[in-house]
Amino acid sequence: MAENIILETRNISKGFPGVQALDNVGFNLRKGEVHALIGENGAGKSTFIKILTGAYQPDSGEIILNGEHLSHLNPHQAMGCGISAIYQEFNLVPYLSVAENIYFGREFTKTCFLDMDKMNDSASGIFDEMGVDINPKTRVSELSVAYKQLVEIGKAVSQNSRILILDEPTAALTNNETENLFKLIKKLQSEGVSIIYISHRLEELQEIADRITVFRDGAYIDTVAIGDTDRAGLISLMVGRKLGVDFPKPVKSSDETILEVKNLSTEGFLKNINFKLNKGEILGFGGLVGAGRTEVARAIFGLDAIVKGEIFIHGKKVFNKNPAAAIANGIGLIPEDRKDQGVLLNLSIRENIGFTFIDRITDWIIVNRKKEKKLVDEFQKKLSIKCSSTEQLVSNLSGGNQQKVVLAKWLAGDCEVLIFDEPTRGIDVGAKQEIYSLIRELAESGKGIIFISSEMPELIGMSERIIVMHEGGIEGELAAGEVSQEKILDLASGIN
Amino acid sequence: MPKGFNLLKSIRKHGIFYVCVVVFIFFAIASDAFLSKNNLMNVARQVSMLGITAVGMTCVILTSGIDLTVGSVLGLSGTVCAKLMVEAGMYPALAVVVALIVACLCGALSAFLITSVRIPPLIATLGLMGTLRGVIYILCGGLPVYGFTKAFKVIGQGYIGIIPVPVIIMVVIFIIGHLFLNRSKYGRYIYGLGGNEEAARLSGVSVRGMKYVTYMFSSFCAGIAGIVMLSRLYSAQPTTGAGFEMNVITAVVLGGISIAGGEGKLSGVVAGVIIIGILTNGMILLNIDSYWQMVVQGLVLLMAVGVDQLGKAMLHKSRKAA
Repeated sequence: MAENIILETRNISKGFPGVQALDNVGFNLRKGEVHALIGENGAGKSTFIKILTGAYQPDSGEIILNGEHLSHLNPHQAMGCGISAIYQEFNLVPYLSVAENIYFGREFTKTCFLDMDKMNDSASGIFDEMGVDINPKTRVSELSVAYKQLVEIGKAVSQNSRILILDEPTAALTNNETENLFKLIKKLQSEGVSIIYISHRLEELQEIADRITVFRDGAYIDTVAIGDTDRAGLISLMVGRKLGVDFPKPVKSSDETILEVKNLSTEGFLKNINFKLNKGEILGFGGLVGAGRTEVARAIFGLDAIVKGEIFIHGKKVFNKNPAAAIANGIGLIPEDRKDQGVLLNLSIRENIGFTFIDRITDWIIVNRKKEKKLVDEFQKKLSIKCSSTEQLVSNLSGGNQQKVVLAKWLAGDCEVLIFDEPTRGIDVGAKQEIYSLIRELAESGKGIIFISSEMPELIGMSERIIVMHEGGIEGELAAGEVSQEKILDLASGIN
Repeated sequence: MPKGFNLLKSIRKHGIFYVCVVVFIFFAIASDAFLSKNNLMNVARQVSMLGITAVGMTCVILTSGIDLTVGSVLGLSGTVCAKLMVEAGMYPALAVVVALIVACLCGALSAFLITSVRIPPLIATLGLMGTLRGVIYILCGGLPVYGFTKAFKVIGQGYIGIIPVPVIIMVVIFIIGHLFLNRSKYGRYIYGLGGNEEAARLSGVSVRGMKYVTYMFSSFCAGIAGIVMLSRLYSAQPTTGAGFEMNVITAVVLGGISIAGGEGKLSGVVAGVIIIGILTNGMILLNIDSYWQMVVQGLVLLMAVGVDQLGKAMLHKSRKAA
């Protein structure tokens, strides 16, 4: 079976503080095949790719390229070995021309000056070979996403890449552009280039992939030939994550509606979002990354402009023109990116906890230290934030404790609707458990909770109802009784 | 670790105060005149305008902004005040109030350019710095304005007891700045803004409003310094305050305020201001050539900040190793 194996990995493991991203992963790639890599968010695909391109060093395991063992691969070597990766975020310099980008760092020179003619000519040659029409003198900033992607592929071709890694290449392409990309991939394939293709779109894999490897929770699950499987088979391989966490039993929410969203649409993305949130309810939002869950939260919280639609709180129409207005209307948002949007790393635990609802601890504008201390101590105890003192800088806390500080910041007020966007991302199991209990407690005390999560078990374990989104719209709604990971994934990847 | 005084740790944490003490002791030994009561008062009076303006600048830099207009605002507030007193015959007190309002408007204009037109602070205030300097020349036709009432002298040249009035004004501004930054909710917001603007916005802080507050406060401080300067010089010169912004930024950065924002204490700025005052005064007492004075002042800034950065890197390493 080992015919034409160009790249093989054996027992690759990689851990980050608090999480084992990859565990004993084996993988092989044949010459001239398109090998798809799939798995839920957080399954370890990105980490694996970063190891192949030398961006991360594995803790253990081997990478074998053309029968040669590579140790301590760095990005430069990986490129030299003919491995190129094209990420969703392109690595192009917008104000340079296409040719300059292709030869960036490897410029042709004549004496000590750039040889632009030669660069333009050879770039043209590459594009001719690829069968695409791009003027190498065009500035990259003037190109569309699809053409930028072609420039990246051209760059890889110019480096004689034998292995091309494409990370969600069709995510931002139109149908037509996708077709062209597939043609190009097949052309490269026929020339013997091997392609690792990462995608969430299960339908397109049938068209482009030869074999599919599934990752789950950092572990290799299975590799199947495309003819031997179907969509349902793939989904059943992808699901089944286990967290090793107990979820507190849900309580029946009341029928009193706190928040109602009607026909919510934003510029070019969200389409007609409708849902109701009851008092004491935990409403889950599922879907793939980029499906629009965070955007719903942002629109409700007054961060993104709403072009159409209405928001009602207790039946009263509200307009949140900015977060301050949303907070005044009783809405709180625990954002998905803790470090960039949640905590103030330069401040202490005390200063963070009192930040959002500072008016509760100030007399006129001066902070009342007694009230502040009372509030801060209360929440430090309540959430058991582990610290030497509340004067400790938040930047010195662990991820889980930082997240607790963010929660404390919001619980200090009395928001009726709390939106949790990926509240347990990157924190350890113990802290997760505490945060689950806390969210449940909040629901029991009568708050309405919107719970956005990419981790299926916690989404299912926590939510009373789950709304699944796909490409900016609501694809379906599942009640606690009927929900399963398969159903969610099915809705999340779009039925068309 | 036993509880006690750890010199190395203390130096790392309060490095700038040690520098202050070292500089003080050096000049106390090197010059006989330095320690006299008169000279020390003189130092305090000389740094008063720098100190007053530095309080506002500290707030701006803490939000991770910068305000290059302070020198021009200082000049403009003096010129406006002088013109109103001399040509419009306005009561000094009223003229001062109008001049301070004009200063605040300059700050509001900076904030408008930064928040609404979205020009980066460095460029917005750089442009405004030149514009306002031009306005000063136009207002006074390039000529000095003078001829005020004697009473006006008190602000810049008077004493209360043995303490010069400008020094008292500076101390009051520092106290206000301290309360504002460390005790008021707006101070908390300023630190939050400098540390993580997005997180502050998501916490419901009006980022735009806070920027108006800080830039207006900075201009207000510069305006007060302008009045003090006017009273000291007893005439309004169109060149007054040119290049002053750099001295202010130097003092603030020397005081340990991170230019990236969100980090540093106003108490450090007090030390930064004093160091600059002592250096300037001490070198004059020692008859050091004025060209060399510039060299020394530049080097002191580079050394102080350099040592601070290296200290931080070391701290970071030891933390990682632990």
